[in-house]
Amino acid sequence: MATESTNSNGGTGKTAFLVLIGLALLAFLAAFFDDYSGGLAIHPMDQFEVAPLAFGEAYADVTLSDAAAQEGQVTYRGEVHTVILSEEQVAQLNAGENVAVNLWDLGIQQVRAFTITNVTMWMALAVLSVVLLMVVGTRGRAVVPTRGQSMAELAYGFVHKMVEDVAGKDALPYFPYIFTLFLYILFANFLGLIPGSFTTTSHIAVTAVLAAAVFITVTVLGFVKNGASFLSLFWVSSAPLALRPILAIIEVISYFVRPVSHSIRLAGNVMAGHAVLKVFAGFAGAMGVASVVPILGVVAIYALEVLVSAIQAYVFTILTCVYLKDALHPHH
Amino acid sequence: MEGDIAQMGQFIGAGLAAIGSGAAAIGVGHVAGNFLAGALRNPSAAAGQTATLFIGIAFAEALGIFAFLVALLLMFAV
Repeated sequence: MATESTNSNGGTGKTAFLVLIGLALLAFLAAFFDDYSGGLAIHPMDQFEVAPLAFGEAYADVTLSDAAAQEGQVTYRGEVHTVILSEEQVAQLNAGENVAVNLWDLGIQQVRAFTITNVTMWMALAVLSVVLLMVVGTRGRAVVPTRGQSMAELAYGFVHKMVEDVAGKDALPYFPYIFTLFLYILFANFLGLIPGSFTTTSHIAVTAVLAAAVFITVTVLGFVKNGASFLSLFWVSSAPLALRPILAIIEVISYFVRPVSHSIRLAGNVMAGHAVLKVFAGFAGAMGVASVVPILGVVAIYALEVLVSAIQAYVFTILTCVYLKDALHPHH
Repeated sequence: MEGDIAQMGQFIGAGLAAIGSGAAAIGVGHVAGNFLAGALRNPSAAAGQTATLFIGIAFAEALGIFAFLVALLLMFAV
């Protein structure tokens, strides 16, 4: 693909492509530093485990279990771990005191606010890819666009048209936010399809933050733009008067359920797809020569996943547009 | 024994909730099928309605997601 190209026009696009491939390879290598245990027995949910990569160390006061103090065995949260103790610590123990032990030494890594995990790494890579695409894509500004510029322009035009069509012209000031959401989710989904990588969007924690951000933004925007008349969103004036209070309750419930469905749709689709991939991979491992069939299945499902990745990014963005339209024009 | 029965109830409930996914599949198929039926009658108007198609699919799918959520809650949160 990129290596076959000889025209000088594709220079920036080629560089961008190569750098993207390089980033992906780097991340792929980094994924091997996780204690990823391969083998034939594949658990479909193992791929969603959050693993700390750095700054996961934690100290804690732990008590040595009385019976096994000699071997340096430590009970922490009901589990027994072996730890090598210094003479000082042994003396402390003999005096009947608690000992501060580095939980990292026990193989316990805690995920805390500042811990760099595989999730944060892949999120950062997604952001880097987006930045790279847009920076490289907008650098040349040629009349006849290169591939990189073409990709950037097509993505921009696609989302711009979507915002204009679905949310209306007066929603265009909020286009940068929607465009950012779209590109981030798209790249997070696509990076998650690299074998051995981690799919950040498969975690409800990630998508819930995205959906909550949209929900809060849209609600605040609705009140700022319309004042109290934003509440007329819940008062369906086209319905018969007797029905309106009942409809209002339903509308309020459906409004507050939006961020739930918004986030779980994305996470659920991505997670289910990846779990199915791993289930088929497990079949391939267990079936010997006949594993050709599940391998073909994996290929087909992988292709479907590429489609689902793009469609879910699109659906998330288009729903954001719909919510934005409701906030800007709440009157039924 | 009591715990076993409670867990059995959880799993049966989760399985029943998963029926909702199938129901959502029927809904999504209905939306897409009707879109196609309309689009084949008037292909020139179809391109402008793809956004509506996806919004409709997303809303139909949302209720399947709630069934999935109930199943998840039963499996892991109860």
